[in-house]
Amino acid sequence: MNLKSLSKDWEAVSYGFLDASAKRELRRKMLKAVAVPGCQMPYASREVPMARGWGTGGLQVSLTLMNPQTIVKVIDQGADDSVNAASIRKFLTRVTGAKATWDTLDATLIQSRHRVPEEKLTKDQILVLQVPNPEPLRSVEPNMSIARQMHADADYSRMWLQLYEQIVRSGRVMQGASYPSMVNGRHVMTPSPIPRWDVPKLHMAEHLTILSAGREKRIFAVPPHTRVEPLVFSDVPYKVEEHGNITCTRSALKGFFMNEIPNDDGTSSYEVSDSNLGIKALNAPEDASQKIGETWYQDGEWAQ
Amino acid sequence: MSVDMKLERSAPQFITHEPLLHMTNISKRYGDVVALDHVGAKVYPGEVLGIVGESGSGKSTLLRMMNLQELPDQGTYHLDIETEKPNLFDMDRYARLQLRSRHIGIVYQNPHQGLLMKHTSSGNVAERLLIAGERSFANLRAKASDALDASEFPLERMDAPPIELSGGMQQRVQLAKAIALEPALLLLDEPTTGLDVSVQALVLDTLKRLQQDRKITMVIVSHDLGVIRTMADRVMVMRRGQVVEQGLVDQVFQDPQHAYTQQLVHAKL
Repeated sequence: MNLKSLSKDWEAVSYGFLDASAKRELRRKMLKAVAVPGCQMPYASREVPMARGWGTGGLQVSLTLMNPQTIVKVIDQGADDSVNAASIRKFLTRVTGAKATWDTLDATLIQSRHRVPEEKLTKDQILVLQVPNPEPLRSVEPNMSIARQMHADADYSRMWLQLYEQIVRSGRVMQGASYPSMVNGRHVMTPSPIPRWDVPKLHMAEHLTILSAGREKRIFAVPPHTRVEPLVFSDVPYKVEEHGNITCTRSALKGFFMNEIPNDDGTSSYEVSDSNLGIKALNAPEDASQKIGETWYQDGEWAQ
Repeated sequence: MSVDMKLERSAPQFITHEPLLHMTNISKRYGDVVALDHVGAKVYPGEVLGIVGESGSGKSTLLRMMNLQELPDQGTYHLDIETEKPNLFDMDRYARLQLRSRHIGIVYQNPHQGLLMKHTSSGNVAERLLIAGERSFANLRAKASDALDASEFPLERMDAPPIELSGGMQQRVQLAKAIALEPALLLLDEPTTGLDVSVQALVLDTLKRLQQDRKITMVIVSHDLGVIRTMADRVMVMRRGQVVEQGLVDQVFQDPQHAYTQQLVHAKL
């Protein structure tokens, strides 16, 4: 007996790492999710060489959607160069032969954690968001089978009650990220922990957004030209973060979502959160190819 | 007189309306236990019906059915609130839920059952309004404080969570929540049991005033004859899943016909 007789003959790994049946299942579930915008579709989340909770849901969707012509961008909290984003990007290009980019305008597929890029996405682009907790009702209804029933009944009064409580106790809506949003007037979804700043970018967008939770095994989607309305009271308007007047200390960009960086003296300085936007702004004087595209926000105001 | 004989007195002559609540032939078994045995009930608009009986007599089961929380094995239930009066037990779950949240209010004996203990008191009332589709914060505040005011809750505490409130106050929050949508029917399940006598009197006082001001139709379940005597117009005495006697409160308590009712009225410590 030798090692060779005990082991299988060498075979190439399936294209895009996942086996064909896994990808077929994911495609079917994505189609379902697109057909019923905002409704969570369960799927069999596979093992990938990454720990659950680090973007396995997004990774599986990306692996399924990618082909050798894809140009992929991976961001983590807006940055292309963070460890998580870099290793996912490396893995994706290695198993699919696709090209990688940092530029939002060049990408055809963008996998993201916690941010939507500042430059407008087009109809040829797909945004894949990694979702840690897909259930918006979890904070108000810990029993998931009752939560499913509440979705079926479109009974979202408890979500408004949560906002009511926040306003009564704190004087304003405290929900910072994962702001519950009504999709297509029917299902309330949590748009993954993107800041309030990014939620309007999903409303009547040109691009397709797929949100996937690997650990929780749920996929949902916002197809192009679909209403995404944050839950608000009719007399308390929806407010995004007050970043409109802040200037980035490195790129001098103004009016975009910023990362706050604490200084030694107790003050804060700010850097633009969409790191490649900052890079482009820095390089633009020398390199004409580094032009910033049309952005959703202009001068810190929603432009449309 | 045989214990199983049922006595029924006809409704008072001045009542010419159709009953608001009409239940017929309700039966329910839990395994071998017969909880309700062919029970019927009528409640007329603006009337207060008391249900008394010992523990296990089926009075709470009947109230749960009135609240559409539970379905019987057989029987019909009609509420005279819309022109169409379908059998509510035949409606689907969603339709029952809608009807229940809009037209029926309930106050439980245990406030933990009816309230979100850690939310604000006003939020508890606002939840009912939110279910009905109110989406303006200012209106929610105003309507919640109106309802709390009507149940004589001190408004300076309207944003305190029920868990910090006394038992009597918790019952007032429950009451405010129940009447926030001006329900056609208000169900009270032992609303003052567990409160001390003076607080009990105050809560009953509020209930009485509400009933007189708003002409709310109420069904009140209690094993305390004093509560029934103060609150109810008519009383239904239940025992072992059956209605053994019913009639005007004064009539039944002054001159009980059924052996069990006699026992009940004369029982003293």
